[in-house]
Amino acid sequence: MRQESIDLMGVLLSVRDLQTSFFTSDGEIRAVDGVTFDIDEGATVGLVGESGCGKSVTALSIMRLLSRGTGRVVGGEILYRGENLAEYSEAGMRRIRGNEISMIFQEPMTSLNPVFTIGEQIGEAVRLHQGVSAREARNRAVEMLRLVKIAEPEKRIKDYPHQLSGGMRQRVMIAIALSCNPRLLMADEPTTALDVTIQAQILDLIGELQERLGMAVLLITHDLGVVAQQADDVAVMYAGRIVERAKPEIIFSRPMHPYTVGLMNSVPGATGKRRRLEAIPGIVPSPLDWPSGCRFRTRCTRADDACAHSPPELVEVEPGHWVSCLKVSAADAPVLAVEA
Amino acid sequence: MFTYITRRVTGTIPVIILISLLVFMLVQSAPGDPADLLLSDEATEQDVAEARARWGLDQPVWVQYWKFFTAAIQGDLGTSFRYADPVLSMILDRLPATIELSAFSILIAVVFGVPLGVWAGARPNSWADNFGSLFGFFGISMPNFWFGIMLILLLSGVLNLLPSSGRDTYGIASDPITGFYLLDSILHRNWKALWDGLAHIIMPAIALGTNMMGILMRVTRSSVLEVMHEDYITTARAKGVNERNVLWRHAVRNAMIPIITVVGLELGTLLSGSIIVETVFSWPGSGQLLISAITARDYPLITGTVLTYTMIFVVINLVIDVLYAVIDPRIRFDK
Repeated sequence: MRQESIDLMGVLLSVRDLQTSFFTSDGEIRAVDGVTFDIDEGATVGLVGESGCGKSVTALSIMRLLSRGTGRVVGGEILYRGENLAEYSEAGMRRIRGNEISMIFQEPMTSLNPVFTIGEQIGEAVRLHQGVSAREARNRAVEMLRLVKIAEPEKRIKDYPHQLSGGMRQRVMIAIALSCNPRLLMADEPTTALDVTIQAQILDLIGELQERLGMAVLLITHDLGVVAQQADDVAVMYAGRIVERAKPEIIFSRPMHPYTVGLMNSVPGATGKRRRLEAIPGIVPSPLDWPSGCRFRTRCTRADDACAHSPPELVEVEPGHWVSCLKVSAADAPVLAVEA
Repeated sequence: MFTYITRRVTGTIPVIILISLLVFMLVQSAPGDPADLLLSDEATEQDVAEARARWGLDQPVWVQYWKFFTAAIQGDLGTSFRYADPVLSMILDRLPATIELSAFSILIAVVFGVPLGVWAGARPNSWADNFGSLFGFFGISMPNFWFGIMLILLLSGVLNLLPSSGRDTYGIASDPITGFYLLDSILHRNWKALWDGLAHIIMPAIALGTNMMGILMRVTRSSVLEVMHEDYITTARAKGVNERNVLWRHAVRNAMIPIITVVGLELGTLLSGSIIVETVFSWPGSGQLLISAITARDYPLITGTVLTYTMIFVVINLVIDVLYAVIDPRIRFDK
């Protein structure tokens, strides 16, 4: 009990058994189904998985920005600095958004409003949350553009989004997100839409600013390479659930969940050796009709009848390494650890 | 911005010349001889021939057009066959009434159509949306002349609330300053005349503007609906912007672009509609003038009026083009 309270002290955001569903005419889509993770103050957590696995929905659930009418958090809780975000009023939540928790998105080309200058768009959040004058907001916008390393910020604040390249726009998005010194930045595939050369720059920028401003980052990506560089903790998601969680050095040296193993084998250079890339057989099942028991069993080479009966729990197979698979037990870990 | 406007203005010159040629030829090819129609039954063949010679109708069409063209670029649109007055001054006398009616109709259409559309688009499938859509369909499907007659029947005939025709009650109007009665009454602080003018304009303006209002409502709704799904709307919400500002600040300004296009396109319909509505309400505008000119085959008056409408249309399109640039920075900066 005492241990628990000490642990919670450094925790900024705690997601507990989050369940988010979309209600469509075809039925309930259980996009996120029992996701649990913590983000410590100043830490970086990587949330990894293929498109449609529920990682973006997790972030939108935290922000309470699910599309109204269709998407809803149906279970679990999200504690921000120990307070349940579900209990906040809409106005209270608006004071959190862009101020305490910020978000940047995958598509810098469409995430900025085309009819406002970037200065106006950066200044808007500042004016909203800090109640400063238009002039101060402008100065803050210049300062933020300088921070995200955009040349000639005084000139650039008068530019419209269409005058900037994709990488520049993502820098502007970061400037908007960080303009009010948030404690948590959620970056949803921040580099996916960018050129490879720009990707590294943007990631380095996020890492550098994180260090300077001391914020925590939730890095959502399908790119294992990205989390390997940046994250303190990695959670691998599949079909709305977390299947494996550990520090990156553990997960990369000894992945245990068959899905994580498959994911590693499908990426060139992840193991350092030149070899034939392996694809994970089959396709992601429909979220309208998840398989019973373990959701990966339909694509898993190790699955048997037992996997269909009940969903596997997330079990700590070695200190700090959690896996949700019936075929992986604590007994496997030391053996693998010795091998590594 | 200046080059943008200059380029657009230059582009309209050939359009106007071409239209003038087209109108001139079309009018001439319409059946019925103005000399036959305008002269009395007792006129001799010699009288008719004299009239034709006086009006230049005995000359080849291209000679007539050349004469018309050279005079027109000097600001002379010819003399009416029927009234023997200069066409230009006749049109200028009537034009303020038409512009006033059209402007008032657009005002009604925009003031009701756009907010209703935003309202419906922000809450798709709500009762507000259903009500708005019903209203929109009503506006679109209603022929303006029929709607005008129904309004007269109900509001003037049965309820006796509003005057059924004309622009003012005799003797009440202020001295003209601008020629727009409503504006003149305000300038004179003549509130009685303003009230009288409003009572006269409201029915024809509703009859004329309802169609555009319906279309605007529908277009605004779909435009807002589409924009609300854009990524930058999520960005705005993620910044902590409240829902009212997300809608009216971030969404509506982007949604305006298709709306303005539609306003521009619909102005043509509105302008031609005004010709009919003016006739229904005996509104003393240039539309009514055009109808009577056509009936009498008053060639110079027809050509002059149609050309005036063309010019108005061209100017409106110019204004719309400039408005695009004002609203959408991407157009402003593209060379």
